[in-house]
Amino acid sequence: MSDSKLSRNWVADHIARLPRSGIRDFFELVNTMDDVISLGIGEPDFATPWHVREATIYALQKGFTSYTSNLGYMPLRRSVCRYVAERFGATYDPATECIITVGVSEALDIALRSVLNPGDEVVYHEPCYVSYAPSIAMAHAKPVAVVTKEETQFALDPAAVEAAITPKTKVMLLNFPNNPTGAGLTADDKARLAEIAIRHDLLVITDEIYEDMTYGERSPTIASLPGMKERTLFLNGMSKAHAMTGYRIGYACGPQALIEAMMKVHQYSMLCASSIAQAAAIEALENGDRARDEMHREYEQRRNVIVKRLNELGLPCLLPRGAFYVFPRISGTGLTSDAFARRLLKEQRVAVVPGTAFGACGEGYVRCAYATGLDDIEEAMRRIGRFLATLG
Amino acid sequence: MATQQLKQDILRLLRRNARLPDAEIADRLAVDVAEITAAIAQMEADRELLGYSAVIADGALPDGEVSAIIEVEVQPERDGGFDRIAENLSRFPEVLSVYLVSGRYDLRLAVVGHSLQDVAHFVASKLASQPGVRATATHFMLKTYKEAGIQFHEGEDYERLKVVP
Repeated sequence: MSDSKLSRNWVADHIARLPRSGIRDFFELVNTMDDVISLGIGEPDFATPWHVREATIYALQKGFTSYTSNLGYMPLRRSVCRYVAERFGATYDPATECIITVGVSEALDIALRSVLNPGDEVVYHEPCYVSYAPSIAMAHAKPVAVVTKEETQFALDPAAVEAAITPKTKVMLLNFPNNPTGAGLTADDKARLAEIAIRHDLLVITDEIYEDMTYGERSPTIASLPGMKERTLFLNGMSKAHAMTGYRIGYACGPQALIEAMMKVHQYSMLCASSIAQAAAIEALENGDRARDEMHREYEQRRNVIVKRLNELGLPCLLPRGAFYVFPRISGTGLTSDAFARRLLKEQRVAVVPGTAFGACGEGYVRCAYATGLDDIEEAMRRIGRFLATLG
Repeated sequence: MATQQLKQDILRLLRRNARLPDAEIADRLAVDVAEITAAIAQMEADRELLGYSAVIADGALPDGEVSAIIEVEVQPERDGGFDRIAENLSRFPEVLSVYLVSGRYDLRLAVVGHSLQDVAHFVASKLASQPGVRATATHFMLKTYKEAGIQFHEGEDYERLKVVP
């Protein structure tokens, strides 16, 4: 890399303050190696179902390649609102209470930028997806993490959330089922968190990108609970359950005034999500249940296998309630998460993500994604077994 | 006794890969392996699970097999409709499959032979001469693109990033 001297430090202070991701070097190392079995990939290994890809081609053939409404193509907003009502139990008006975004990442970004003033606090939980704290900081607010622990199945303790609330707290940010732990929220958890949000007059932003990938019992979204619709932004997207990561389609549903505010940010920064990707999303939402359910069955079976194998290997691992990640404890090996991941990669060519990528409290854990074929999972487990044997 | 759900889960797995070992089915479904073995035996006994076959690429077998789809128009019988003749045709070893279908013909057969003449001989001497068979149309198969859910051409292979948070 060239190291040309800047005539002055052009980088904004709040960006300069963002921590450099500690695993960047690790990612770069992985990408230079061959014969690596990667359990480090947070995206489905299934290609987007063919009927969705075919619909994308058709959209191109028709010339559906112009800008759409800033809020998103109306037929897609209608599909989204129908799907959200049927799958997640919350009803929204597609005309005013729904916006289509470039992935859930953009939805989260514009949600935070729309509601936060400098100095506001956002209560969220760690371990969590890597972008939460930086996104909050980029909105000039303060991230306040509540730690979830293995002893309590990485569930979010409502009492701990309440203890973290200060007069400056404005937003409670939730992501369940969780990346990286696979933890979920029970109906009871949701009711208690909703009660806290109402009592402290907080806005809840619930990122439910993995909710469609819940195994076993599901419960309606927190947005559907009494008194919550007016204080909740419900975020979801097509990437995970519909295997459409590269299409970059997400959406937010919530009160009209907040969607309107988000629309301003979206309009001036993104304008609209890709038209052909929006057309594809309609096809997935309207006709994609069967493909989604088939992939879901496969993930569930892989989950059963990987959890059994890791526990057999002596790396204690909870049975995830959702998503496609397991978060085994590796502290018994005496290695740090980072050392474990680096040595496993170098010595046995298996890539896992150090738990610390998801917050300091992820020390002692690694994340393994089972969005990889079962043959590769079994081979990875054999290699991890050999690696553990060398540690003695 | 296996639950209906367990049986269906097993059948779905075996339909995709009939060679899946019982132990892997057990791990996938988080069920004891003895329960899987018993459920499969039960389904075989109940004729819910009728057999296991392989999907083989064109030309992989050396005996120059020729196959054909044959559409058969049949005069249904007052007693039993199409069953007697369909079951009769099923007895011929060269007939691989027999379906009763809706549309402009009645039975759809897949037939295999060593040569075109072989299949033609079967049609003329065995099939068309059956009482009740009114007409046949034979379509020789030229190339297989997909069978039993399996594509015969290589799928697209796009390499994903190796680590994505």
